[in-house]
Amino acid sequence: MSTIQTTTDEVLRLAAEHFKIPVEKLSPDDDFFKKLGINSLQALDLLTRIEQHFRIELPDYELQGVSDFRTLAERIQSRL
Amino acid sequence: MLDLRQYQSLGEALRAAVERWPEEICLIEAERERENARITYRAFGAAALSLASGLQEAGFQNGTRAAIIMMNQSKWLISAYAIFSCGGVLVPLDYKLTADEQLQLLAHSKVELLVVEYHLWRAVAKADGFNHLRARVVLATEAPEGAELYGAKRWEDFRGTGTPSFVQRGRKDSACIVYSSGTGGRPKGCVLTHENYLEQCMALTAIFPFWPGVRYLSILPTNHAIDFMVGFIGPFTCGATVVHLRTLRPEYIREAFTRYKITYMSLVPMVLKNLEKGLRQRFAELSPGRRKILNGLIAVNRALTRRRPNLKLSRTLLRRVHEAFGGELRALFVGGAFTEPATLQFFYDLGIPVGNGYGCTEAGTAITLNDFKPFRADTVGKPLPGMELKIVNADAEGIGEVLVRSKTVMSHYLDDPEMTAETIRDGWLITGDLGRIDGDGHLQLFGRKKNMIVTEEGKNIYPEDVETVFEGLPVKEFCVFAANFLWPARTMVGEKLVLVVHPEPGAPVTNDLVAEIAERNRRLLNYKRISGYLVWDHDFPLTASLKIKRGELAEQIRESLDRSAMVVL
Repeated sequence: MSTIQTTTDEVLRLAAEHFKIPVEKLSPDDDFFKKLGINSLQALDLLTRIEQHFRIELPDYELQGVSDFRTLAERIQSRL
Repeated sequence: MLDLRQYQSLGEALRAAVERWPEEICLIEAERERENARITYRAFGAAALSLASGLQEAGFQNGTRAAIIMMNQSKWLISAYAIFSCGGVLVPLDYKLTADEQLQLLAHSKVELLVVEYHLWRAVAKADGFNHLRARVVLATEAPEGAELYGAKRWEDFRGTGTPSFVQRGRKDSACIVYSSGTGGRPKGCVLTHENYLEQCMALTAIFPFWPGVRYLSILPTNHAIDFMVGFIGPFTCGATVVHLRTLRPEYIREAFTRYKITYMSLVPMVLKNLEKGLRQRFAELSPGRRKILNGLIAVNRALTRRRPNLKLSRTLLRRVHEAFGGELRALFVGGAFTEPATLQFFYDLGIPVGNGYGCTEAGTAITLNDFKPFRADTVGKPLPGMELKIVNADAEGIGEVLVRSKTVMSHYLDDPEMTAETIRDGWLITGDLGRIDGDGHLQLFGRKKNMIVTEEGKNIYPEDVETVFEGLPVKEFCVFAANFLWPARTMVGEKLVLVVHPEPGAPVTNDLVAEIAERNRRLLNYKRISGYLVWDHDFPLTASLKIKRGELAEQIRESLDRSAMVVL
């Protein structure tokens, strides 16, 4: 059973892997646009990777206004 | 297409479309790979009229203002037609704004009806200013079974019992109030008339016609002037089909091209560049031999389409590329922000012409558009039929401010006669953009005179709109500028915002202050954030009513500091 903590850790790991940066450089409250230096399209790419990993579907509308890893992990957790 | 000269209003034109093409499909709605709905013009009309009947029974009258906050989907367009057929004034709001920002604009536009997707409504209902919302009727779409509705009614159940009466509006009557900016600052609600839209539609379809069978993929938000025109009014008044995807994931957009045999699509430069990147990657993965053949075919296509596009030829020469786009793509349209010529040329060489245009909400969408006769990557095209352009205060190179006059120019800014008078003078709309008209009548853009930026995603950001987030910052005063306004640059890409801080006398800029600036910056939506700050040790020039004289302050800063003074956050 995954907890919000393990989900958050997984999200950080996937983001680090996807954008090829050390996971230690990321923390849950980071703004992923700023920290990863990505635009909204690249963020959508990451979401696709996350969906495949967790085997869930995250509708675009669920993610309106989400820009930090912690909130993203919460949205994922609510669908697990 | 319909002869739009015959109609007085958008409602009347849409009604004529429903009667003219009852069996044609007007809307296809897909959720990723699943198709949700395929709606004929007849069914579209019936759904809208049934909603209109409910609205009239709830007291909706001629001139009532109604807002829509939804992502692109069929209920957006059905609701809009219902509002127009009741004689209403539509206020399309950006679903990407925060709930607080949406509440501000709902209050400013004084809407009485709000149609909103449930998940967005839930966020609005939880926002601080929710109690001030004055809409009498709120219709929420797709509310889950048993969900708390916060006073809203379910859109799907809201139907009248009788036949609604169609309310005719005049050409000069207001059709829409479209906010080109103004959240947190001074709202800029562009009041556009039915004539503005009907004339714009005629001008655009004269160059790029639609017809029954054309499929337009709608991915730009429908609240945006471009999609409202090219993804709704344009195709509907020609009997064409609009495809909605309910997602912006690139993989589903790519799939939609082949699944729905898309004819046209509009996008912003960022998405176009992403498409280019994907194609270049695929080309790079080819074996050296195949790449050589491809490059040869591209060169032949370029040479043979130099004067004008030849779709048949390009589709034959570069069959695999065109098949990846569904095989029926005629053109892409790009707008909302500046597009690099190299990207436009890349697609043109593949036989996919990109209609590069220039416009603004105040001018009713597009002012110029490339008509491909011949294709020019270095301009934003020629003025559309009915548009007059002039360049004022031109320098030695002919570059000056772009002014436009046409029947598509908005009527006024809502409740702001002062700003209207500053923006429209003697019938000419002052765009604030710098350009030059070349010998062939093409407009070339060189930057902005106004203090604002446009992101690659096509978002117009005004410094005044982001300043509120910095209120209470422990400094004597502060002000946000477009960096290119402080230090004029002949470019419209990579535009940035900069925060100018004037610390309290004797107080240094501490790490804590910088951390606070960064923290406040994060509260803004990502595309609205400032890129850096600048320390200014002099009092800001102020008006008698203590407002910052921005132009004067910019001049003072420009005289003593250059771009290197900006500290990147």
